[in-house]
Amino acid sequence: MIDNYLFLSIALFCLGIVGVIARRNVFTVFMSIELMLNAANLAFVAFSRFHESMDGHVLAMMVMAVAAAEAALALAVVILLHKHKSKLDTNVFSLLKG
Amino acid sequence: MGQSVNYLGLIPLFPLLGAVFIGLLHIFSSKSRVKISEKFYGILACVGPVLSFILALKVFIALKALPVDGRALTHKVFVWFSVGELHIDMGFLADPLSCLMLLFVTLIGSLIHVYSIGYMSGDGNYGKFFAYMNLFLGSMLVLVLGDSPVVMFVGWEGVGLCSYLLISFYSEDRSNVLAGNKAFIVNRIGDLGFVLGMAFLFWAIGASGFDFLSLKAHAGSLTPAVALAVCLLLFVGATGKSAQIPLYVWLPDAMAGPTPVSALIHAATMVTAGVYMVARFSFIYANVELAGDIIAWVGISTALLAAIFGMFQDDIKKVLAYSTVSQLGYMFAGVGVAAYSAGIFHVFTHAFFKALLFLGAGSVIYALHHQQNIWKMGGLKEKMPKTYLTMVIGALALSGCPPFSGFFSKDEILYSALATGHWGIWMVGVLVAGMTAYYTFRMIFVVFHGTPRDQEAYDHAHESPAVMTVPLIILAVGALFAGFLNLPAIFGGSQMVSHWLAPSLTEHHPHASLFVEFIAIGASVAAFAIGIKIAYSKFGQGAPEPVFKGFAEFAYHKFYVDELYHAIIVQPYKAIGSIIWKTIEPNVTDSPVKAASKFYMAIGTAFKVFQVGYVRIYAIYMIVGLSLMSLFLSQSLN
Repeated sequence: MIDNYLFLSIALFCLGIVGVIARRNVFTVFMSIELMLNAANLAFVAFSRFHESMDGHVLAMMVMAVAAAEAALALAVVILLHKHKSKLDTNVFSLLKG
Repeated sequence: MGQSVNYLGLIPLFPLLGAVFIGLLHIFSSKSRVKISEKFYGILACVGPVLSFILALKVFIALKALPVDGRALTHKVFVWFSVGELHIDMGFLADPLSCLMLLFVTLIGSLIHVYSIGYMSGDGNYGKFFAYMNLFLGSMLVLVLGDSPVVMFVGWEGVGLCSYLLISFYSEDRSNVLAGNKAFIVNRIGDLGFVLGMAFLFWAIGASGFDFLSLKAHAGSLTPAVALAVCLLLFVGATGKSAQIPLYVWLPDAMAGPTPVSALIHAATMVTAGVYMVARFSFIYANVELAGDIIAWVGISTALLAAIFGMFQDDIKKVLAYSTVSQLGYMFAGVGVAAYSAGIFHVFTHAFFKALLFLGAGSVIYALHHQQNIWKMGGLKEKMPKTYLTMVIGALALSGCPPFSGFFSKDEILYSALATGHWGIWMVGVLVAGMTAYYTFRMIFVVFHGTPRDQEAYDHAHESPAVMTVPLIILAVGALFAGFLNLPAIFGGSQMVSHWLAPSLTEHHPHASLFVEFIAIGASVAAFAIGIKIAYSKFGQGAPEPVFKGFAEFAYHKFYVDELYHAIIVQPYKAIGSIIWKTIEPNVTDSPVKAASKFYMAIGTAFKVFQVGYVRIYAIYMIVGLSLMSLFLSQSLN
């Protein structure tokens, strides 16, 4: 029974990874990260049910709270990026190139 | 050992806090261009020293209430460091010796601060000056109160630093900066001796506690050779700080600083540190007669040499500077013949009359708009009666005229030398006493008597404001009466200071016949009278500026000692430095350093390719890294 949940979780996580790596729009990258977080949440909740323990639920709640805080910060960063270059293409922001 | 109290640490803390606060205020005002009034700075600067003085009185009263043998107050503020056997507290100790130092250092320091309010008015760096002055006084109080050689050394270095900062205070002029450097470097040489002496002492008897009280208890277990080494090394430190042969050269140059600084260095702080240190370690010095003899002879030779130089100077402050070197020589002669209380008593009286003379000289310099050449002065006694009168009192005390304070303290030293059988030292000492009277009154007569040599400067001269003359008057009272505190039995006194100091010092009072005592007093008075007579006959009615020839010219140039040091020490040092800089450094030491930097640059270049700058590539690195870590973890779990 738990297998199905985990397969869905893995699938969502991989989608997230692909999104982060392949897409160039900042918003899409950001949404993909959220997807990965939720994939992890799903796995937590599934394991929690499986082990009949509340620990996983607690962690899932934590992740949601952190994700909300992170979203607020990340959106502010996105606005600043846009102000700076008027573009939302991640390839434009490559100042760290060695 | 000793009663523990909780306010000793505050005594140095007040001036130190004052220094920090005034310093920050000065930085703030010079950065933001907010003008802070001189009055505010002046009052702020005087608060710390005056509070310290009040606490010093409290210490004195508390000590007096204790039984004679247990007169010691201690205050352990915190454990400074503790490594192996070496356990050092930031602790303070007030016993009769440090209490006496404490009282006059804070009193005279406070008076000099008050005086400086007037003297420094109009200077652009008013705040900086007072910050340094407070720091100076605070360091000196740490030195005096330190309960172990290590804490003492903190103050020791602090006064060295402050003297450097204050001597080169007028830093626009390069020669002042060089004078500051000279003071600092010469002191550094002395400090090396002090550090080595401390290390020796620790190696020998430091295991059972390194504060003065434990050291005193274990001083008996020192072997004679080690004790001698410790004594001489510590004395090297004293020659640096207290300007003795061969390290006296910095003190006359220290006149480059503002006059209140000279007063502070010469009277209350810094130069007395060496004498104090020897007295503090009297429990070692008293057992090593050879070291005492060396100290006494170095001291009396310095006294003679400086007196010779002092007779031929034409700068009012240089005359006083050499007189300080000379008087310090007396003090070392005193502690050298194991008359520690006599040496410390001379430190005490000297502080009053030398501060008085310097502040008086400052008053003259102030009135003449920074003219220091005595051959440009003359006839000033009508114009500046208060300064004249107080300076004459100071001069009489310095020359050892009975019943002024200098007479009693100097006589005590000379008598001790005679009573312990040091005939040579006594004879040189009497000779120097005569020379002291001569050069001191040469200065007084040339500056204040006769006719004005520079009419224009004379017409503009005026008496200094009350903020400057009141400290002079207080110091004059001190210079006049301080000697009575230690009146010897022959004059019906009871030697209060010596008895007060007795618990702190290890000394044996020499007993000699009344006849010897009369010889000592008679010779001192005769030397004084002859010296002042010669000075009066040569300069009393006004004299033209002399042209120095022969020996006088040689002495005027200070026997070319500075030039000699320059040629045999400074120049070779510079030559070695330039060889290292130009040959050894680029060819030998630089190449491995450069090779190392090239190596790291190559590694950096190699790894540069990974830094592509795109966020998603970094994401891939993270994923790969995390995957590898997970794989590794799962492998190790199985």
